[in-house]
Amino acid sequence: MSAPSAPQNWKQWLESESPASRRQAVAGNAWRGLVAIIKNPAALAGLIIVALLLLMALAAPLLAWGQDPLAQDLAQRLKPPSASHWLGTDELGRDIYVRVLYGARVTLTIVVLVSLVVAPLGLAVGTLSGFLGGVIDVVLMRITDIFLAFPRLVLALAFAAALGPGIENAVIAIALTAWPPYARIARAEAATIAQSDFIAAVKLQGASTARILLRHIVPLCLSSVIVRLTLDMAGIILTAAGLGFLGLGAQPPTAEWGAMVSSGREVILDQWWVATMPGIAIFVVSLGFNLLGDGLRDVFDPKSS
Amino acid sequence: MSSSEAAPVSRSGFRTETSGARLLRLGHQLGFFLLSLAVTFLGLTAVTFFIGRFIPVDPVLAVVGDHANHDVYEKTRLAMGLDRPIIVQYVIYLKKVLAGDLGESVMTSQPVLADLLTFFPATFELATLATIFGVLIGVPAGVAAGAQKGRWPDHVVRVLGLFGYSTPVFWLGLVGLFVFYGKLGWVAGTGRLDVGYDDIVTTRTGVLLIDSALQGEWDVFRNAVGHLILPGAILAYYSLAYIARMARSFMIDQLGQEYVTAARVKGRSFWGAVWLHAFPNIMVPLITVIGLSYASLLEGAVLTETVFAWPGLGRYITQSLFNADMNAVLGGTLVVGAVFIGINAFCDFLYKIFDPRLRRA
Repeated sequence: MSAPSAPQNWKQWLESESPASRRQAVAGNAWRGLVAIIKNPAALAGLIIVALLLLMALAAPLLAWGQDPLAQDLAQRLKPPSASHWLGTDELGRDIYVRVLYGARVTLTIVVLVSLVVAPLGLAVGTLSGFLGGVIDVVLMRITDIFLAFPRLVLALAFAAALGPGIENAVIAIALTAWPPYARIARAEAATIAQSDFIAAVKLQGASTARILLRHIVPLCLSSVIVRLTLDMAGIILTAAGLGFLGLGAQPPTAEWGAMVSSGREVILDQWWVATMPGIAIFVVSLGFNLLGDGLRDVFDPKSS
Repeated sequence: MSSSEAAPVSRSGFRTETSGARLLRLGHQLGFFLLSLAVTFLGLTAVTFFIGRFIPVDPVLAVVGDHANHDVYEKTRLAMGLDRPIIVQYVIYLKKVLAGDLGESVMTSQPVLADLLTFFPATFELATLATIFGVLIGVPAGVAAGAQKGRWPDHVVRVLGLFGYSTPVFWLGLVGLFVFYGKLGWVAGTGRLDVGYDDIVTTRTGVLLIDSALQGEWDVFRNAVGHLILPGAILAYYSLAYIARMARSFMIDQLGQEYVTAARVKGRSFWGAVWLHAFPNIMVPLITVIGLSYASLLEGAVLTETVFAWPGLGRYITQSLFNADMNAVLGGTLVVGAVFIGINAFCDFLYKIFDPRLRRA
């Protein structure tokens, strides 16, 4: 009997119906998800765009050939796109291509920070509410409803105004208005899981509430929260860019896409590229997250598509 | 229903409600609606109150100025109730808000509420026009897409929706200005009117199209339309994308139901079944969607108004923001938030009232 080639071996191990270890089961699940996404052209396009964003952010100095995003050259101000300045230059003679590259870092930072605040907050409120029920459920969900009923942008604006402009405060402002849907999702899932037999078994074994929540309920709620997070990324990016555009996000001279569009406002009729180029970057990245999010939702939750 | 039936059983076999029970149920619903509205509104005021306390601006200094001596400062502080427990301060704030007192704007030295009333009509005009077009185009487009799932109308609606969810509105506004105003000259530039047309029409409703039409100033009317068309179209696009997407998914749900098959079996044409049988059933959830879209346009106009220098609520809030005019910012947030919450809750309520499954009498 000849041994199967190595790649086939890997595939068999990943696609095995009866995984021998937890590690194999997790890897197999991830593999099946990846295959499903790659088979869906729209989701694949989204995945590629998001991967490119990551690459842009990580390799910005390399891709910019060592140019500084803050380097001013007043002799070269407001030059149209050309061989030496691929996307033209802005009102201070800074290269827009380089600034768009470095802007990816700012956007990615905001997205990651908002996710790090929103997901745990939503999970905490939602799982507590769904698992414990009773008065705690009513009170927490009422608070969630109140926040859900608020106009997001205006409230983020008011928060940003109160806290002062800046990236950190923009993140806080967006996070404060973005968490309620996660609490809703996590609550619905937690309430269902709380009824299942394995939770009863864990309870009988004497597990504490904290242990049940952290080790058994939260991991099972995670996938829907992550799908929702991916779908929300575009909204988060657009809100962040909007705050930046209004002057409440990243402060000059930081290269932030929304602020860059804003700086091109005055010259839009003559030097269109100053506002247009960073706007295209925002559009493409949001589109990427939307496509990927739709794909993830189809993979993890086929019935809601 | 025939009059000979003794028991209150309707044709469909459901027990019918007596009119008294129906009234009671409506009363319960109305009560619950008002209660949840009140709780949400309290939450909103609590948030604006705490934002107001959070800011690094000393509220006493804002009133007395930098040069006041210690005595005046202390007296004002006590007069403003800032020495009392935070909860008492909140109640004082709430009383003022309910009396319509949102403080005075530093920028315009007018009461904030009066300011908001002057700026509201411009936002109202823009959002209403955008919603009208969003409904007129979005509903048929969404129904067609849902009815022809997987075919070209479906793909068009999905792509339109995807682009709508991915495009920054402020950028679309700028590009629109560049193309349609700068290059093609099809529309007018920023603001509500060209310079020469100011002050011809006396303000009655504040909605320029109505005011100019009432006073027969058709030049002004035409000019106003030229200014309104681009921001209106851009907001209408966002409204359309959302409404069409939701109408599509409601339609797909309905067309999977057996009553549609029954209608088709009885000889109804496909489009007849779509519009005469399925469509009435998606109208109720659609009302909610349209309301939500309208409410979000009222607040989403913040960015559009900034791009188009449109003198509405959003621009008032952002301009106050940069002048550190916190009374105006918080008052504006409160009013926009209240309108937003009100529309949301009202649509929710309508949904419950008009859901035919709850209307068996």
